Amino acid sequence: MSLTDAFRRRTAPQLRVSNKFRSLPKSARWSIGAIIIAACYFTPYWPDVPVLGWIVNTPGTSFENVLTDQIMMFILVALGLNVVVGFAGLLDLGYVGFYAVGAYTTAVMTSGQFSWPWIAAMPLSILMAMIAGVVLGTPTLRLRGDYLAIVTLGFGEIIRITANNSDWLGGPRGINKIARPPSFGPFEFSVLNAKPYWYLGFTVILIVIFALTRLENSRVGRAWAAVREDEDAAELMGVNTFKFKLWAFAIGAAIGGLAGALYASKVGFINPDNFQLQLSILFLAAVVLGGTGSMYGVIMGGILVAWIPERFRGFDTRRYFVFGVVLVLVMVFRPQGIIPRRTAAAGISGKEESE
Amino acid sequence: MKKSNLLRAGAVLVSLSFVVTACGGSDDEASDTTAPAAAATCDNPVASIALQFPETGDAANLGAPMLKGATLAINEFNAANPDACVTLKTFDTQGDPAKAPAVAQSVIDDATILGLIGPGFSGESLAALPLYDEAGLATITGSATNATIQEQGFKVFHRILANDAVQGPAVAKYIAETLKPASVGIIDDASDYGKGLADAVKAAAGDSVVATDSIDPKAADFSAAVSKMKDANPEVIFFGGYYGEAAKLSTQLRDAGVESTLVFGDGVKDQAGYADAAGPAAEGALIACPCKDGSADFTAAWQAAYSEVPGTYGAEYYDAANVLLNIIKAGAADRAAVLAAVKAYDAAGITKQIKFTANGEATEASTIYMYKVTDGKITYVADIK
Amino acid sequence: MRDWLIYRTFWDLTVSGVALGLIYALIALGYTMVYGVLRLINFAHSEIFMVGTFGVLISLTQVFGINLFEDGEYPYRSGIALVMILIGSTVAAMVVSGAGAVVLERTAYRPLRGAGDTFGAVVLAFLTGLIASFLFTDSMMTNLMIAAVITGPLAVVYVRIFRKGRQAPRLAFLISAIGASMAMAEAGATWGRDERVMYKTPRVLEKKVLLNFYGADVRIDYVIVAFGAILMMTALLLFVNRTRLGRGIRAVAQDAETARILGVNVNSVILVTFLLGGAMAGGAAMMFTLVYDQTRFNIGFLLGVKSFTAAVLGGIGNIKGALLGGIVLGLAENYGSAIFGGQWKDVIAFIVLLVVLMFRPTGILGESLGKARV
Repeated sequence: MSLTDAFRRRTAPQLRVSNKFRSLPKSARWSIGAIIIAACYFTPYWPDVPVLGWIVNTPGTSFENVLTDQIMMFILVALGLNVVVGFAGLLDLGYVGFYAVGAYTTAVMTSGQFSWPWIAAMPLSILMAMIAGVVLGTPTLRLRGDYLAIVTLGFGEIIRITANNSDWLGGPRGINKIARPPSFGPFEFSVLNAKPYWYLGFTVILIVIFALTRLENSRVGRAWAAVREDEDAAELMGVNTFKFKLWAFAIGAAIGGLAGALYASKVGFINPDNFQLQLSILFLAAVVLGGTGSMYGVIMGGILVAWIPERFRGFDTRRYFVFGVVLVLVMVFRPQGIIPRRTAAAGISGKEESE
Repeated sequence: MKKSNLLRAGAVLVSLSFVVTACGGSDDEASDTTAPAAAATCDNPVASIALQFPETGDAANLGAPMLKGATLAINEFNAANPDACVTLKTFDTQGDPAKAPAVAQSVIDDATILGLIGPGFSGESLAALPLYDEAGLATITGSATNATIQEQGFKVFHRILANDAVQGPAVAKYIAETLKPASVGIIDDASDYGKGLADAVKAAAGDSVVATDSIDPKAADFSAAVSKMKDANPEVIFFGGYYGEAAKLSTQLRDAGVESTLVFGDGVKDQAGYADAAGPAAEGALIACPCKDGSADFTAAWQAAYSEVPGTYGAEYYDAANVLLNIIKAGAADRAAVLAAVKAYDAAGITKQIKFTANGEATEASTIYMYKVTDGKITYVADIK
Repeated sequence: MRDWLIYRTFWDLTVSGVALGLIYALIALGYTMVYGVLRLINFAHSEIFMVGTFGVLISLTQVFGINLFEDGEYPYRSGIALVMILIGSTVAAMVVSGAGAVVLERTAYRPLRGAGDTFGAVVLAFLTGLIASFLFTDSMMTNLMIAAVITGPLAVVYVRIFRKGRQAPRLAFLISAIGASMAMAEAGATWGRDERVMYKTPRVLEKKVLLNFYGADVRIDYVIVAFGAILMMTALLLFVNRTRLGRGIRAVAQDAETARILGVNVNSVILVTFLLGGAMAGGAAMMFTLVYDQTRFNIGFLLGVKSFTAAVLGGIGNIKGALLGGIVLGLAENYGSAIFGGQWKDVIAFIVLLVVLMFRPTGILGESLGKARV
């Protein structure tokens, strides 16, 4: 039996779709992609579409705002955390810390202590989160696996508690009146119209996806894969594992910071309670639920984790019980996630399948 | 292989579709839920009012009396006005500022809603009020006491009770003038509410403060703070925080042999949550509150509806709901009219004469009432002017 | 002035710190044993502890019929009655927690190991039925009936599609654990007697001061905690080191594959590990209620995080390490709070962890449980 036969035999259904898509002519692929992207830009209008609206709409809370305040953030955060967990294979339970650094930088710079314009605070937020990633990563990245998990969890808590105890950062009261993005053309970033935030956020998501795809297929991405599959072997082959792990941390942190900064400027108010440890756990759940290492998987995971509890508000107090059970069910029946990484789904990845 | 793959995918689909179809049925019952002794008698509502509060999540125990108070008011109103009844729509935020804007938008999008009671907490208020302000939807909170909320000058914001800037100094004054202690210890729960109040008391108490500490409200063990208080042995200990932690803290302080007089703020005024839970450890504790015990009728009605004594802020939410109900009954039919009427409102509630300043604060909010736990019951002792 | 404070209250802080540390240690045992055997952070262990505290509550109030207060005073008991109540409640907590851990293992973990069985399928099918039933009704009885009807056929489907012999990635275990943890805590919150309130547990033991040690009161409840914790840990160590099943646990911890080949029934070893860890959590629940007489649906979360920290601090997979890590953490938190203020307690705990891991990357005593790999 040839290798391709073996491959085909083990191909999971979603890969068949993906392979079919890849075998289409380039023009067809481009137009399908463009249609999907255009449809996504119109997400705020989805609740008005028959059937689709019935499925997506969130009762008791505004879909438009759930989209911008939660789903958008979870997608960005899942993409960022996926760099750390999925690409480099580092378990990070304190990712909310970087989200907090980004949000607080924007808040402090535009409202808390200074009054910088939004456009200037944004890059600084990303930079600060990146620095936080390097500062956290340098002492801790020599630790392995679950030791890293608990230390990062601690860092997330340290950042939150520091914010809570620092008057300069607003203490437990938090910071309000955070600057909104400047309006341009027909897009006015006002209080009662969340749509422009989605147009902005989805554009940012597209840019991040594009950048990460390039990165994953570059030398850095291959180094990450080597570290993930077998760190010792990678080290022996001459990969500077520490450097690449630190890169993963910094890039992941930067995306987390970007998400935090967008969140702060959308909601206009943050306090330390926004950055509880539980959020880190939900972020990780988004990544694994969707499919660790698979870009489209983690996007799906982010969407579901943010959306399910809002969609099922009708269940009242029981909705987080439902959410917990759904997590278990998905993991039991699709342990690789909803849309697994290609290699994992095809069963040719090493470590994760065999260990 | 293939078959089991298909089956597996099928199972996921089946499980998920259970969940997905579940939403269909839940759409209509989504927002007007859980009203005990339901307001379901209202078939042709003339309008509705919204309640934004923490129904689920860690702080849900604080949210429950808000819902009960508001529900009681609605049910009484609808029983009295069967032809012009009003529905209560509840919106859960879990007290989480991240969820507040989406909830606020959905309140605003519901054109039948003419006014809002809440938001329950200060954090969610700061996140949601910009939206309500823009939409011109009147809000009346009976619990968000953070003094800084009005720094932004919201037009629609109203608060039916005194804020922390009033309560803190009043408590300090009571401690200084009535208890006259040589030394005061201050503990806070590091929360927006608790720390704000504790800081206000600390500032007003000045030099008599001999020890301060913070506790983590999620922790069970406060032994470091207890040791500190035991060492300083102040005559009075003030704790800024909610009743759950107050009960734990009182018990641990008494167990360690600390005999200081305990003083708390309004978040502790909860018979079941504090006095009943801490038992002997709560005896003699003083609780300051900008809230007043509702009338005897109110207490009896609450008792009849829920077989318990009214919870924290229950009376405030009852009053807040009644303000909106009376305005709607008087004929206000749109949000602008309701907002104008709230600003002009001047009538007796069960807790006080309700009238708002231009800033949205209650005019009669300068009085703080002092309560004491005597024989296991929280009872009124004095006004602090 | 601040260092004077720690000087004056040093022994006071030490006594309460050790008591809390021992409770951390007992909970940490569950994390450490499961980690040793499965290399899995059993995230839901915190809820196993929570379930245990509810076991104590039910035992005290329902089985022994003790009210929270009697005429405004604590319902103190003494003599034989007290001993019976304490032992009875400990057993109740251990049974409840142990059973909880076993159900958890077979439902949320075993199917992921590729060894799913009928029991797990039935529980999962029931839970699926239950959440599906929320669609039709709010009535608990009807929900349960619908769930029961769906369970049978769905369980048959589930059993057929469990992946046989294929191990899921480790992260899948973690998320399954988190889901289970969330579901258990929310179940406790939603279907408790009152929603989400703090439950006080009746205090049957009068907290007498036994001796005064440099100004620190050594109370009887602290002594019982110390005695009980040491007893339980000794029993556990003896079990792991001296019995056949214990040897199985060590064998699986060292190399599960080789153990399987040599005829060890890995699944039953894992089940026993969960049972032991659960029982320890039950014991911890009893100690906890003895000292703090309270519980709540979310009580496990923070204690669980701290206990896992303690386990890592001491050397995860190492039973003695859990004891040491628990005590170090309890003391560090208390001393640190006295020096820097209680608001920095968790920061201090995590900084201690970080510093220890800098110098000893596998914890103070290193990983062990049968000298597993580093």
